[in-house]
Amino acid sequence: MTPPQSSASVSARTSVPFWRDVRVLTILAQIIFVVAVAVAGGYLYANLASAMQRRGLVAGFDFINNESGFEIGETLIPYQPTDTYGRAFLAGFLNTLWVSIVGIILTTILGVSVGIARLSPNFLLSRLAAGFIEIIRNTPLLVQLFFIYFGVFVRFPSVAESLQFPGPSFGNQRGLFFPKPIPLESFPAWAIFVVAGIFIALALWIASGRGQSKLPLGWLGFAALIAFPIIGSLLLPAPFEFEIPVRERFNFKGGLHISPEFGALLTGLVIYTAGFIAEVVRSGIQAVKRGQVEAAYALGLRGGQVLRLVIFPQALRVMLPPMTSQYLNLAKNSSLAIAIGFPDLFSVTATIANQTGQPVPVILLVMVTYLAISLFTSLLMNIYNRYVQILEK
Amino acid sequence: MKKIIVALASLLVFAFVLGACAPAPSAPQIVKETVVVKETVVVRETAAAAAPKATAPAAPPAPAVLGARFKAINDRKKLICGVNDALPGFGYLDKATGAFAGFDVDFCKALTAALFNDVKAVEYRAVTAGQRGPALQTGEVDVLIRNTTWTVTRDATWGLFVATTFYDGQGMMVNTKKNPTVKTLKDLKDASICVQTGTTTELNLTDRMRAENTAFKPVVFDTADPTFAAYDEGRCDAVTTDISGLISRRTLLKVPGDHTILEAVMSKEPLGPSVPTGDSQWFNVVKWAVFELIEAEEYGITSANVNQMLTSKVPEVQRILGVTGDLNKTLGVEKDWVVRMVKAVGNYGEIFDRNLGPKTPFNLSRGVNNLWTKGGLMYAPPYR
Ligand SMILES: N[C@@H](CCC(=O)N[C@@H](CS)C(=O)NCC(=O)O)C(=O)O
Repeated sequence: MTPPQSSASVSARTSVPFWRDVRVLTILAQIIFVVAVAVAGGYLYANLASAMQRRGLVAGFDFINNESGFEIGETLIPYQPTDTYGRAFLAGFLNTLWVSIVGIILTTILGVSVGIARLSPNFLLSRLAAGFIEIIRNTPLLVQLFFIYFGVFVRFPSVAESLQFPGPSFGNQRGLFFPKPIPLESFPAWAIFVVAGIFIALALWIASGRGQSKLPLGWLGFAALIAFPIIGSLLLPAPFEFEIPVRERFNFKGGLHISPEFGALLTGLVIYTAGFIAEVVRSGIQAVKRGQVEAAYALGLRGGQVLRLVIFPQALRVMLPPMTSQYLNLAKNSSLAIAIGFPDLFSVTATIANQTGQPVPVILLVMVTYLAISLFTSLLMNIYNRYVQILEK
Repeated sequence: MKKIIVALASLLVFAFVLGACAPAPSAPQIVKETVVVKETVVVRETAAAAAPKATAPAAPPAPAVLGARFKAINDRKKLICGVNDALPGFGYLDKATGAFAGFDVDFCKALTAALFNDVKAVEYRAVTAGQRGPALQTGEVDVLIRNTTWTVTRDATWGLFVATTFYDGQGMMVNTKKNPTVKTLKDLKDASICVQTGTTTELNLTDRMRAENTAFKPVVFDTADPTFAAYDEGRCDAVTTDISGLISRRTLLKVPGDHTILEAVMSKEPLGPSVPTGDSQWFNVVKWAVFELIEAEEYGITSANVNQMLTSKVPEVQRILGVTGDLNKTLGVEKDWVVRMVKAVGNYGEIFDRNLGPKTPFNLSRGVNNLWTKGGLMYAPPYR
């Protein structure tokens, strides 16, 4: 850290008491968390050990390598009942991770949009956003999940009356079915076009932020992003072929499948968390002093530029810590999956505990895993937070 | 930077002090709560969720001493009975009276009558399939009577099963209006099957389908309501659980007549009460309560004639009703405990017929659950 110097601004910074310093607080929060968990864990462990000994139960993880013998509805990795409990656990873990990662990305997009809409001068828009936030934040997530699952996803038409969309894609109460792209030989060459498109778009977007060109650079970048893959596919032989879902006796088979359980869980988590993120975003933006905005306009920046170059970078610093907790909440809330039949980590381990008659080691394993997910998320967010903070001069 | 270090150090110290001060004896409850709460968070919004926490101190965690739990029950003057609240006919909340009722619940009542001569001296704790194991392990309930299958894993890790009160098997129900051609398990190739976690049925399902070489997709829920709701809405092509459970839950479906239970019996499901380990006296009381309800039927003692039966000349009847001998003392119960039970809920046959028999929507025949003298499996060892 900067050695104390006579400069007024430096001493002003170091005089921020540590209990109000965001960086310290995030670290502190985590250390308190770890210590609390460690202490509580120590207790629980000691008690468990004695209680289990009294009942003649042996806690151990030996079962991990035994054959699981149960089926899991959907997995990201190949899995069958002849695999081990360890692999079943991994399959559940990956399902949790997958729904959390996709959820965090989508909820950020939705939450930021709603948060900005909430501050829009457009009365209708801001009222709509406010209504959304209040309804979503003030009803229990479990209720929302039941509503989304039983009220929406399971109410889709039956398999026999499936909706058909272009693609062909299908929607019914067993989920959504899309053609699945399978890369062919020319895929790597085509990928180069895509990556080039992304780079050019990024470069133009950054340039447009400087606001020195009369050209609509942002839009040009967007055009490049779309055009490059298209040009690539015109020049090259087809980069993919598609596996089309086909209707069988009970259901569609093949193609990409989004199950109603995954769909409902993802939708529920995204909407619920977005309600909170929107408020985080609103408070973050409102924390930026009006003078900053006025000064930005006085410099001749346009509306979008003011938002992107002046308001957001400053708001971000305020937003990141509460944003982190929302991300953690999303990941942890995903354990409600079992209520609507999605085989996440918690659901799969419930079955493992039932089958092995060993709830204690299994629950310990679950706790440690969620803890690891949370700590890892916080770590990433803290690194990002630091990066954002350094920009401040 | 220094300040941060100081802060962290003081925090650590604080944590250790905290750690050192917390009283050890309260610890077992901490264990209990984590287990239960972990389940509760996901599962329940009913009053049942709050109950274990509020009343936890009442139930001592698994006393290892002979008769300790039995004594605790008598001291508290109340039996804590783990039951189902979602299975009409077996364990459910009667809509008319708002009270727990059913075949399983009647055994709780019989026990309460035997101990306190008062069927109200019981606290029902509704537990889901996943919660009941920990509830028994931690001694949260005095007895678990909740359509629970007797298996070796559960005997070794949950508690002790005392007897079988209902011989059952696992079945598969399909909507034959939608899928009229499904007759066997093999016909369910690639079907989606709804099943509840924490049950033997979840485990048997994969076994059976593997044996039939039939792939399927399980959709797993944690309570009966969503399991059957998802099936009823058409999310699954079939639903599986104990045949009794299917018959019971079928009455709650939108159009019960559309659904057929396949002929295949997928497993053995002996259902019966279980008690926490550690108190063989209490274990015996529950066991013989069940047996004497069966014997009462065998010797023709009913709730209607039990008073006349007190003057019976048959030696077995005299012993069972406590007219002669003092067998009750070997168990530590009152002389007239069987009389009380039969007066409260009737003999085994009466319990069966009242809850599941021809006059109920389930219309179950006794079948294998008949007395051994009538070709069934209900056989009580002699009371002497
Ligand atoms: N007998 C089986 C299954 C018992 C079971 O839990 N059946 C379900 C389906 S009928 C049930 O009663 N669910 C009620 C609930 O958990 O709410 C076992 O002991 O594992």
